[in-house]
Amino acid sequence: MSGSEAQPERRRTTRTAPEPRRSGERHTPSGVTAPRPAHPTPLHPGAWWLWAIGLGTAATRTTNPLLLALLIATSAYVVATCRPASPAARSYSAFLKLALAVLLIRLTFATVLGSPIPGTHTLVTLPELPLPHWAQGIRVGGDVTAESVLFALYDALRLAALLICVGAANALASPARLLKSLPGALYEAGVAVVVALTFAPNLIADVHRLRAARRLRGRPDSGIRGLLHVGLPVLEGALERSVALAAAMDARGYGRTATVPAPVRRTTTALTLGGLLGVCAGTYGLLTAEAGAYGLPLLLAGLTAALAGLRLGGRRSPRTRYRPARWDLRAGLVACSGAAVAALLTLAATTDPAALHPGVVPLTAPTLPLWPAAAVLLGLLPSLVAPKEPT
Amino acid sequence: MIRFENVSVTYDGATEPTVQGVDFEVPEGELVLLVGPSGTGKSTILNAVSGLVPHFTGGTLRGRVTVAGRDTRTHKPRELSDVVGTVGQDPLSHFVTDTVEDELAYGMESLGLPAEVMRRRVEETLDLLGLADLRARPISTLSGGQQQRVAIGSVLTPHPTALVLDEPTSALDPAAAEEVLAVLQRLVHDLGTTVLMAEHRLERVIQYADQVLVLPALASAPQLGTPAEMMATSPVYPPVVELGRLAGWDPLPLTVRDARRRATDLRDRLARPTHSPNAATTAPPTATAQPNSAPSAGSRAARAAPDPTRGGTPQARSGDTPPPPAPTRRWPTLPRNRNRNRTAPRPPTPTTPPPPAHLQSVTVTRTHTRALHQATLTITPGETIAVMGRNGAGKSTLLNTLVGLLEPSSGTVRVSGLTPHRTAPPTLIHHVGLVPQDPRDLLYTDTVAAECAAADQDAQAAPGTCRTLLSDLLPGIPDATHPRDLSEGQRLTLALAVVLTARPPLLLLDEPTRGLDYAAKSRLVTHLRTLAAEGHAIVLATHDVELAAELAHRVILLADGEVIADGPTEDIVVSSPSFAPQVTKILAPQKWLTVTQVRDALS
Repeated sequence: MSGSEAQPERRRTTRTAPEPRRSGERHTPSGVTAPRPAHPTPLHPGAWWLWAIGLGTAATRTTNPLLLALLIATSAYVVATCRPASPAARSYSAFLKLALAVLLIRLTFATVLGSPIPGTHTLVTLPELPLPHWAQGIRVGGDVTAESVLFALYDALRLAALLICVGAANALASPARLLKSLPGALYEAGVAVVVALTFAPNLIADVHRLRAARRLRGRPDSGIRGLLHVGLPVLEGALERSVALAAAMDARGYGRTATVPAPVRRTTTALTLGGLLGVCAGTYGLLTAEAGAYGLPLLLAGLTAALAGLRLGGRRSPRTRYRPARWDLRAGLVACSGAAVAALLTLAATTDPAALHPGVVPLTAPTLPLWPAAAVLLGLLPSLVAPKEPT
Repeated sequence: MIRFENVSVTYDGATEPTVQGVDFEVPEGELVLLVGPSGTGKSTILNAVSGLVPHFTGGTLRGRVTVAGRDTRTHKPRELSDVVGTVGQDPLSHFVTDTVEDELAYGMESLGLPAEVMRRRVEETLDLLGLADLRARPISTLSGGQQQRVAIGSVLTPHPTALVLDEPTSALDPAAAEEVLAVLQRLVHDLGTTVLMAEHRLERVIQYADQVLVLPALASAPQLGTPAEMMATSPVYPPVVELGRLAGWDPLPLTVRDARRRATDLRDRLARPTHSPNAATTAPPTATAQPNSAPSAGSRAARAAPDPTRGGTPQARSGDTPPPPAPTRRWPTLPRNRNRNRTAPRPPTPTTPPPPAHLQSVTVTRTHTRALHQATLTITPGETIAVMGRNGAGKSTLLNTLVGLLEPSSGTVRVSGLTPHRTAPPTLIHHVGLVPQDPRDLLYTDTVAAECAAADQDAQAAPGTCRTLLSDLLPGIPDATHPRDLSEGQRLTLALAVVLTARPPLLLLDEPTRGLDYAAKSRLVTHLRTLAAEGHAIVLATHDVELAAELAHRVILLADGEVIADGPTEDIVVSSPSFAPQVTKILAPQKWLTVTQVRDALS
């Protein structure tokens, strides 16, 4: 079916295919025009992750259910309008389910185990389990107060919003795409992660196939014993496949290195090691109380040195990138909108803590603080600037 | 372009060299086919070109291998990746990224080509291989033929001067194989690429080869020559060459077209009254082995019994005129079969044993796709059925349904009267056995002896049953060998012995000839014939038209999960251009299937 459709295509290219080969490839070919891409260039994956991290940070700054619901709605709207048609995009619903599960588990715990929130509005009274005296701090059953349930709900909603933001990032830019934008020096590590990401599904498929094959030998195909029994063949198969993949990667030029002069090599090592030491010391300084002023500058200096080391280390690898994701104005806007939401909500949390953390004792109806809500709506910017995927 | 100078390779731990005295040169722009029985070192020679032997595999390489002037002694595989492209047997273990476009670009990224060159070459390669519609697709969702094309494309984009392919068509259906071979031919003709390729299925590739390199046996020096020369002495040869040798044609024909031009005499000789394709057909032994089987099965079996009128069929007498459809074949065609079953379901009579398998309008749905749709068929004892069709047409689904690995979403499946997916595995193995596509799936232990002992235990057979079966099928497999160290043919035989230990009346084989050489294949054919003669019903899912012609009494064609044809082998394959074996194409309109038939008829 696809073959017959492709027939005219092939005939057309017969004439263009024998182009001059292996000579003068360095120059831009004059006669050949690059075909127009079928899809608009996708946004830089880093922009999406920064945007989602910004929204997630904002979610941790508040327990106001109205603001959290607004945050979730914002991210969901952007996902609905901008997500690409790739398999990774389907992971969003999985994250939604995970968030719902978190919510339910937190509420169940609060109901059954009680909570330290003093409450006066009793909803129901569960039969209390008498516990021995050594388990005094624990209570199972008993009064369920509206305050404690509400507190648990607010708390769980914050975690759910954070999870949904991560899910949005996953759906909008798969982690594999993000890894492709790693600096050249980290390329090998990135490939290892990508290979591992595609390897896990293969391993699971192998386990399923071999367990099914146990039936053919007249053995039950379920149960833990069946799983243990196929363990060794599955690992043997995985090992064989890894060796075959390693051979294929080697034959396709993985790990080709360019010769780097010795001074550059030494500078790279010094910068990377020094940078990492600086980062460690700076972090320590920031976290200890008596460090004073040297923490932040040391951390920044360390980061700069490490990044410079990485950049210099990239010279060792002669690799180029095919259609690299470009950081353009739109990417900048998307990342900024996320950062703005995070910054404004952090500011709001310090100036107006009452509105962002509605009290539960005594019970009050949460109100929607106007300007933080407007700040959350800034997160909708990507749906205006990001390229739309054709549906 | 590729030059071997007196090369020998000895792997670590081996006492004898795997290949020695290898001395040949592949000129630029030629397609050279490497042929020989399994285990003679074909893969070793192929991997020596890309430098994987000995840099990756270990071992000692004596002599010199140069590619485009680069010595593999001083260049590692990654430093040869711009001049040699290598595609192994399993395309899935070749892929590094997850989408087609990224995969095509991967090799060029490693070489550090400029972005605009990469972009242009990816577009060109997508068009060249007909992959433009699939550019954004995840590789895991592609069919076998598409994956093989992506694998070839992924090594083409760095514009290597030489391509090395190990069995590029062994996993593909005939149509997909032709697609891949057409691409290779274009590369050789239009772009001047040098291709060195190993392939067991010579009938598919011999016509494309400029030269053939024959490895006659382990550690013997290979010989290079024109295909016609080499085929005269080669230990492996396609049916067209076998027929040519039988008829004494010189030079040997390599293509069906050449052979047809020469075959007029042969056709005349075969058309004489004493010869008839049907007389030579090995009849399924049903009629004699089980004379009092079910009435329905009996009438089916009768079609294969020797027919007194057949000695002088109109076909045999009429000479050049095309024969009318064989009148003695009374095979119920599918629609009739279905109608009959709908109006009068077969009453289960207590006296007759149930057939080995019966499917009644079975539909299997797997993850929203219809893998099998309204399939109805009955399998009778002693018959051999070949199930054929494209990759993904539902062949494996049919077999898996019969062994209860899949549950039909509607319809009924009965295997010896049992419902497979509801029957306990220890009971089921006495009624149906499946040798899966990869026989390794069946083998768990670390020695052949332990595997046989486990099989005896599983089947509650007397100790030693499996080992005796194995020795009967293929003598000389040592007890202490690890199943993964066996050759493809040995491993298949071991899996077959394991399955046969439980004496199932219905035996299923999924792609049994993948990776087998002609010798292993003919041994398999002999075993399966004997089993069929003992009354086993055998179902083969296969792409190998020559195997089907050799073995099957009945062919079922599947397309998109539907049975589109069901009937005797000679009727089904003769009318199909892609499923007809070479002998049929050469001797059409007469209905001959195999060289053996022709030889028997002439003698």
